[in-house]
Amino acid sequence: MLDRTPENFIALKNIEGQHVGIDLPLNQAHFPVPFYQGLEYPPPARGGWNIVHIGLTLPQAHLIFVCPEGCLRGVVLSAAELDLAQRFSTIAVGEENVLEGDMEAQVIEGVSHIIEELPQRPPAVLVYTSCIHQFLGSDIDLIYSQLRQRFPDIDFTDCYMFPIMRKSGPNPVEMMRQQLYSLLTPLPKDQMAVNIIGSDYPLPHDSDLYQLLTRHGFSVHEIGTCQDYAAYKQMAASSVNISILPSAIKAGELLAKNLGQTHVYLPLSFDYGEIEARLAKLCATLQVPYTPDKEAVAQAESALKQAQAVIGQTPIAIDYSAGPRPLSLTRMLLTHGFNVTDVYADAFEVEEQADFDKLQQLKPDLMIHPTEDVQMRVASRKRSEKTLAIGQKAAYFTGSDYFVNIIEGDGMYGLSAITRLAHLMTAAFETPKDTAALIPVKALNWGCSCVL
Amino acid sequence: MKHTASIISRYTADISGVCSALYELGGMTVMHDAGGYGSLYATHDEPRWYDQDSLIFVSGLTETQAILGDDQKFLEDTIQAAQRLKPRFIALTGSPIPMVIGTDFPALALEVAQATDIPTFGFNTDGMHPYTTGIDQALTAIATRFCTEALPKTPNLTVNLLGVTPLDFSVNGTVSALTESLAAHGITVHSNWAMYNDLDALKKASQAHVNLVVTTGGLGVAKLLQQRFKMPYVVGMPYGPALMAQAVTAIQTADQTGVNQSILNCTKGADTYFIGETVTTMSLATAYQQATGQGSRVICPVDAQSGLLTENELTAHDEDDIRDCLKTATTIVADPLYQPICPASARFVPLPHEAFSGRIYHDTMPNLVTDFAPFLQSLV
Repeated sequence: MLDRTPENFIALKNIEGQHVGIDLPLNQAHFPVPFYQGLEYPPPARGGWNIVHIGLTLPQAHLIFVCPEGCLRGVVLSAAELDLAQRFSTIAVGEENVLEGDMEAQVIEGVSHIIEELPQRPPAVLVYTSCIHQFLGSDIDLIYSQLRQRFPDIDFTDCYMFPIMRKSGPNPVEMMRQQLYSLLTPLPKDQMAVNIIGSDYPLPHDSDLYQLLTRHGFSVHEIGTCQDYAAYKQMAASSVNISILPSAIKAGELLAKNLGQTHVYLPLSFDYGEIEARLAKLCATLQVPYTPDKEAVAQAESALKQAQAVIGQTPIAIDYSAGPRPLSLTRMLLTHGFNVTDVYADAFEVEEQADFDKLQQLKPDLMIHPTEDVQMRVASRKRSEKTLAIGQKAAYFTGSDYFVNIIEGDGMYGLSAITRLAHLMTAAFETPKDTAALIPVKALNWGCSCVL
Repeated sequence: MKHTASIISRYTADISGVCSALYELGGMTVMHDAGGYGSLYATHDEPRWYDQDSLIFVSGLTETQAILGDDQKFLEDTIQAAQRLKPRFIALTGSPIPMVIGTDFPALALEVAQATDIPTFGFNTDGMHPYTTGIDQALTAIATRFCTEALPKTPNLTVNLLGVTPLDFSVNGTVSALTESLAAHGITVHSNWAMYNDLDALKKASQAHVNLVVTTGGLGVAKLLQQRFKMPYVVGMPYGPALMAQAVTAIQTADQTGVNQSILNCTKGADTYFIGETVTTMSLATAYQQATGQGSRVICPVDAQSGLLTENELTAHDEDDIRDCLKTATTIVADPLYQPICPASARFVPLPHEAFSGRIYHDTMPNLVTDFAPFLQSLV
């Protein structure tokens, strides 16, 4: 047996990486993972969408999860909380299934039974198998071929509840965003149709991206605005797919491979130059002219100036759940006179490297905090002065009721995102929210625009 | 068995049962899992999560660690966290993949205990057994380790409440009301296993005269305390004045005779069905019978061989089986998430249960100790 006396253990620990505490100045932080990844604390900020919420955006589809009972509970209650239990079924893998090795038969017979019991035959069924199927070597191809044979009128696709891949990737959300589009089959291309893929929220119509596309005559298609399954299938006719979130890249790659659609990844940014470069890249892909929108820049500048006049030097804390580019946002706000003091993130996207480097010069004492480190469970969640938080986790850890309640960038994009965020910050600063009531709610704003 | 559920929810599992039972005792519980069980527990199973800190964490098990059978990071991270946070004890719990790869939690617990000098428990939970078994394992382990000394009895009549967690009683005042109601009958609650008490209070459990088992999660520890200290126990959750009077008598009798007692005495009836945890639901059916003179049927989907069931109770677990049981029901008392499988002709009386519907109906969970009369009124 290994000698695990405390003294020996501490020596072992140094091999894994030194613990750096929970208050880390930016100039001492490593990129892209500043903190040791040990045991994890799940904070009660639950606004993010999980694989259930994303799957349920497929109109008229029925979801069936096949997992051990304990795993099923989280997903079935995710659907029940949205009052969508009628679109959701489960099959519990028990110890006897593991021991008897009848996992494939259980899925095939269980899914068949559920479909036969449904009041209406769904056009599509998403079947989610789990880690345990992967580890026991279940024959997934056999399962789906049998189901397709039994129910030729239903489109089946393989979805995965594989949290064990969360760190090595592809993580469950990436897999889900990819499989969500796997039921699209080739259609004649419409050169004037464009899809926005892999975003939780439909693109706001006042966003630069939407305005640019419609100004040039393109129709914009998103799963969140599809009225029915037929409208979803029609997304296969679009010539270009635009993804904004890093977790949507695999979906774009799959569609390029399966349908020959051009994939353009336009990551969110709060830098004017980057935004313009991305819109120019899109225009080049679409073969339309690009003209920088000076008026939109002026509007963003004006909104930021007004917000700064209201918020002044109030400390601002930002967390990664508000959007995939917390450092880009931090840099933009700091250069516009705001007092960003804290960023909560366990790791950064690689595309934040330039912002990380710039911020080390701009504000080396910017404090970086983890959200999952065990110490965060007992860390003080009170600040001596009013703090404006951007994101649910920043609000929770600073104990602030003044917060911008958004996740995953809230569907914002481009210069209009800066303008909109400035307005949201002002509103959040002026009107407190009930943080304890708001942030435990799962899937913030799910179903705000899609038709169920 | 297909184990399908077209529409109804699922009861929470043994892992959450362990966490819930140990939540207030000052320990550190680690779920050896990729992450989902931590999220589930924090979101749906633990109403105390936002307002009351407890050291409950997830290991973040990865595919590579599982394939290689590599427990080292789990061990080192647990030891490191314990050294930083200094819990009074450590509990290691398993999830499905550790079960598949044969992780030996009791052995890992020995290693952690050796490295930290902190009492450590290893629970072979796997997410495939009901929460009641997790509560049972956790409370029994606490008693086994910490209740070792036969302490002098209290001068007045006292009881330990066994099997108390928010999964069955929420945080709506039910447990406090029970304590007050017993006090009004001259019986003091000496320790509560395990809400509103710390580990020190539980350590003194042997001072009490009798144990009151209010859910099946408390049955194991009751048997242990009886074996170790000859403490008798009474099984039942005293809902309503009549059942409370019976419970008081049973506690007094147990104290005087040393013989275990039960206040569960529901007889078979054809029309009214109750669904839920074994002890609380059989207690409710008994109280209903005392008040109305009518029998009922009790369905106990999470009973794990408690030994409490008679031929009158049903143990249906799968949705199809429960639906079949309910075909002739005229009144059904159950969590609202059961309603979609109930006959349209039956009257449905919602009784939210945290272990089944989580937080969805949290704000409407009734306190059946103080509000039994209006609840009964809704039934008759």
